[in-house]
Amino acid sequence: MRVNLLLNLRALVGRAYPRIIGAQREPSWIFFETLLPLLTIAAYVYIYEYLGVPQFVGFVVLGGTMVAFWMNILWSMAAQFYWEKQIGNLQLYMMAPMSRMALLGGMAVGGAVMTSTRAVATLVLGVLIFRITLVVLDPLLLLAIFLTTLAALYGLGMIFASVYLLYGREAWHASNLLQEPVFLVSGFYFPLKTFVTRLGAGGLWVAAGASIIPMTLGLDAMRQLLFPELLAYGLLRPDIELLILLILAPVFIYLARISLAYLERLGKEQGRLTLRHQ
Amino acid sequence: MLFAIYSIIKPIAGTLILVFMYYLAVDVGGEVGIERLAYMFVGSAFYMFVFQAFFGLFEVIQGDREWFQTIRYIYISPISYYAYVAGRGTTQMGTAAFGVTIVLLFGKFLLNLPISLSLGLLPFFLAILLLGAFCTVVIGIALAGVTFLTARHGGGMSEGVTGIFYVFSGVIFPLSVLPQWGQILGRYIPLTYWFEGLRRAMLPGFVGDSFLLSISNSLLLVILAGATVLFFLVSVGVFRYTEYLARKKGKIDMTTAY
Repeated sequence: MRVNLLLNLRALVGRAYPRIIGAQREPSWIFFETLLPLLTIAAYVYIYEYLGVPQFVGFVVLGGTMVAFWMNILWSMAAQFYWEKQIGNLQLYMMAPMSRMALLGGMAVGGAVMTSTRAVATLVLGVLIFRITLVVLDPLLLLAIFLTTLAALYGLGMIFASVYLLYGREAWHASNLLQEPVFLVSGFYFPLKTFVTRLGAGGLWVAAGASIIPMTLGLDAMRQLLFPELLAYGLLRPDIELLILLILAPVFIYLARISLAYLERLGKEQGRLTLRHQ
Repeated sequence: MLFAIYSIIKPIAGTLILVFMYYLAVDVGGEVGIERLAYMFVGSAFYMFVFQAFFGLFEVIQGDREWFQTIRYIYISPISYYAYVAGRGTTQMGTAAFGVTIVLLFGKFLLNLPISLSLGLLPFFLAILLLGAFCTVVIGIALAGVTFLTARHGGGMSEGVTGIFYVFSGVIFPLSVLPQWGQILGRYIPLTYWFEGLRRAMLPGFVGDSFLLSISNSLLLVILAGATVLFFLVSVGVFRYTEYLARKKGKIDMTTAY
């Protein structure tokens, strides 16, 4: 038991290592993962300027920053097993004596840390360039919401990764599909409450449905805590949103475990586990 | 399924983000005539051509070389590789055309936006559409050429250029919203004139930037045609040079699994 725990911890650290340390060795990330997101953020900032409501620019900067985490989930968690399959690593992982969950855990921890560095850089630049005022009234609650959002989000990413275990090229399209529609329903660039004010009960259902994506409630709560003057645009109270996220995180991680075991078995039975170029 | 993803779901979701931002502005009493939503909507719809061409063309060389490893066989076949890539780019534009049409119909009939195309402006519309589409493809091919030399994750370059054009070409807001230096930069991007022409054709009574307002429709066509010829020559030059370098450095069929 002790050996297994140590082995799995070592596997987790080993898988997280290239994401945290290795990725820093490629300096192009400063341009691609910090400055490029700023272009998208700038586009949405100027839209609010054009529409005469610059008070929402801060929402865009925060939402645009958090996009990095969702993209990391889609392309570096979900689609990762597809890449591993393409380059022949997946069978090596399968032969190694560690738990697959340790592997996914390493991907998640590494991805979260790596993306956080990029996101912080984007946020700082965004705040400075667009002169955003952030008011942190309750730093502990803010930190708790941020960390719980990440835990739930990467739990969801682990479920995606297990599902993608069987996919071939479809993984690429599925990840593509989960970009703009999720940016829309999760309210990355506008407050979620707009759905409710505009669509009434239907909007409430949209917001409730979108809340299954942890970023939706996490972002809504963080906006309320960072922009208290726009508190009226929050969907639920931040502490309630934290509670929901605290439920989602372990549920997603547990579901990922079940899903991974089932789909790995299915992949082996159908001979699709290491099938490349499908 | 793929058709639904790329031609319906993604484009409509992307434009709905703008629609809800507009609704938010309406709710809080911003400067929000319907013409502002129409401006953003039409620009966003036609930008799908740029997005699809740049990302699609980036994937041609990377995909053939890294993912399917078929570039050797295509490369040694008796065709021009530039023409092959151009053909793939044309396909991308065709795919995007479905999405653009669907989004425009969505805006016209479900959001009641003042989008229309009169018979009198049809020749101008077709001319500007084709010129701009051609210009977009040749810029995309130049970017694709650079991927001969980059590792498999060089997609950020397409993303970067797409992002720059999105912000500085008056796609979703007039150039006048940008700081002065941004407005000057926008005047040197050919797509600025493309989007201006498309809006003039599709939005009756459209009033754009004061700078662009002084340019007649025919002059707009001349500017875009000139820019297209220029970028075509640049594209051929960049593509041939990077192709030569890739062969010289042994990168033409490399796989970068890291």
